Amino acid sequence: MTGSLAELTSTRRVLVTCGAGGVGKTTMAAALGLAAALGGRRVAVVTIDPARRLADALGLDSLANQPQRVDLDTVRNAAADGRRANWWAPIDATSAEATAAASGELWALMLDARATFDDLIRKHAPSTEQAERILANRLYRNISGALSGTQEYMAVEKLHELVTAPRGVDGSPIKPFDCVIVDTPPTRNALDVLAAPERLTRFLDNRVFRAMMAPARRGLRVVGVAAQAALAALGKVVGTEVIGDAVAFFRAFDGMEEGFRERAQESLALLRDDATAWILVTTPRTETVEEAVFFAGALGEMGLHVDAVVANRMQPHIDPLPAIPPTPGPLRTAVMRAHAIDARADAHRRVLVPLRTAVGPTTVFADVPLAPVDVHDLQGLATIAQALCRPA
Amino acid sequence: MEVEQFFSTVRLLLIVGKGGVGKTSVAATIANVASSTGRSVLIADVDGRHGAAAAFGVTDLSYDEQVLVPGDPAAGRGTVSGRTLTADDALVEYLADHGMGRLARKLASNGVVDVIATATPGIKDLLVLGKVKQLVTEARHDLVILDTPASGHAVTFLRSPRALADSIASGRIRRQADEVMSVLGDHDRCRVVLVTLAEETPVNETIETAFTLEDDVGVALTPIVVNAVLDVPPAVPAGALARLDPAERQAVSVALGLERTRAEAQHEQLARLAAALPLAQIVLPERVGTRLDAVDFAGLAEAFVASLAEIGSAS
Repeated sequence: MTGSLAELTSTRRVLVTCGAGGVGKTTMAAALGLAAALGGRRVAVVTIDPARRLADALGLDSLANQPQRVDLDTVRNAAADGRRANWWAPIDATSAEATAAASGELWALMLDARATFDDLIRKHAPSTEQAERILANRLYRNISGALSGTQEYMAVEKLHELVTAPRGVDGSPIKPFDCVIVDTPPTRNALDVLAAPERLTRFLDNRVFRAMMAPARRGLRVVGVAAQAALAALGKVVGTEVIGDAVAFFRAFDGMEEGFRERAQESLALLRDDATAWILVTTPRTETVEEAVFFAGALGEMGLHVDAVVANRMQPHIDPLPAIPPTPGPLRTAVMRAHAIDARADAHRRVLVPLRTAVGPTTVFADVPLAPVDVHDLQGLATIAQALCRPA
Repeated sequence: MEVEQFFSTVRLLLIVGKGGVGKTSVAATIANVASSTGRSVLIADVDGRHGAAAAFGVTDLSYDEQVLVPGDPAAGRGTVSGRTLTADDALVEYLADHGMGRLARKLASNGVVDVIATATPGIKDLLVLGKVKQLVTEARHDLVILDTPASGHAVTFLRSPRALADSIASGRIRRQADEVMSVLGDHDRCRVVLVTLAEETPVNETIETAFTLEDDVGVALTPIVVNAVLDVPPAVPAGALARLDPAERQAVSVALGLERTRAEAQHEQLARLAAALPLAQIVLPERVGTRLDAVDFAGLAEAFVASLAEIGSAS
């Protein structure tokens, strides 16, 4: 059954926004969060590397890796006194909408992949000493910056935490969220997000290094010798200290693989859950639409479905569009330019056709019109939320 | 500036820009313009996306080089070739070339290479750049155009040789880093083309990137390419729309107003960019929706040359 973004934001537990770089994913994640909060839900938005003005709009001046509450009063008041026509306005102060909008909460955070990983290590290490040994290891310290997929996995891990056991900025437990919206790093491939837990688990479970540090285990001696030889040869090329760090890391990590694997499985299950919606953000440019088509295909291969496509920066049609007058002059010049703009509106819609075909008829499509400036306050975000959630 | 002056002694152009600014179509456009001077060009991408090759009608690139457009000596056109330079392949090739032989593939498949790459941040980037250096030195092409990774990662990417040289005192990796740095720092042979949109966030990032690249990496910059810039619509004299019916008048004036606001905002960003960076600008027009087919592509190349020609003539 075809829904709408209004329905998705009011019913789904998790919304994942994905798409190519520079399409406005983070802004859309924040706008969807605002829509859900004004619908009365307790919402957390996980942003990744937001533009400064968006961070300002959300009041995210410091880089907290835990959710901070966003003050929605300015938006609520503007809606209530009719200064801005929003989709929940004009609000009758006694209406159900007004009550819902008054009770909803929006929280936001900027993902710090490194801090999230540190927390995960502390949680899974059997002792503080072991945790500290891992956290101090040079290989470990490089993982969050250098191992591809780590940022994606940490976004998913943060999602898991917010849905199950969130903590406030001071580290103490807070009430779980009704709805968590996760922005994802710019990716071409759905696999980057979905395969990240598996990839990282495999990395942490590396057989060669494990064989190397446990040569006494039954049946592993032969592997151990072969692995030693391979690593010794590799050490000559890349430097022995690199190999030393790696071996020390896997030694310190020993025994924690199982806990990590289970956690990864849970996170993956959360992404695959029916209560999770996948929102693909694109702009009407051939390159980004091609990436979106590719992404939708990859998602489909994993048995998942794009629930909604947000087409950002769409040129609206000029309606009614006057005919071009025959006589030259300022009117003709102006109307011709209007026709050129209207042709752009057609072209934008045409560019999206392959994506419509790729995702199929059950996917919701929402257009966000071109805006002259970037979003820099909550009101701007509310305008986008309105465009996203307006009935088809 | 003449086209010949833009390319001059340059053997390597690194195309750098935030995601979504059209870096790839700019790379293809520059390849097109360079080949029209008779230069043979190799376009390489580092993320396996091959967008630039797609502009030449080739959708599948591999680590092995292939011809995208055959040269035409009679018409003075050079060959355009393409290939990918994916980090994993570069690392495996490096290990294979340094005595690891067939073991290199095996180490890649069982994840050891991943561990090594993680233990030495920047090593993959360095080896990709090492491969680029090799392509430039071999000089089988007059010009190598590298479509670098998106956004902030481009800076990390180009900084990798210095970062590794700082942490490794000697050995093969150090030598590799030194050699790559000498190519990047050779202002006659290597330049960076920054690509941006005339919008606030990309312009901010471009200004920051320009300083970082000049100061930390020590590379030379070409004029900046500003992509997808709108013409400011002509002013509509008061009363000019009076003959339209009210609904039409309203629709047209709203649309033109928005277009004007957007175009003016873009031109403000161009001015801000010019004030912040002492670099000339190559302005490419917005092109709507259409695929980078032959016609449009030729149009972009023309716009590139025309905008280049204006540089210097204005001052």
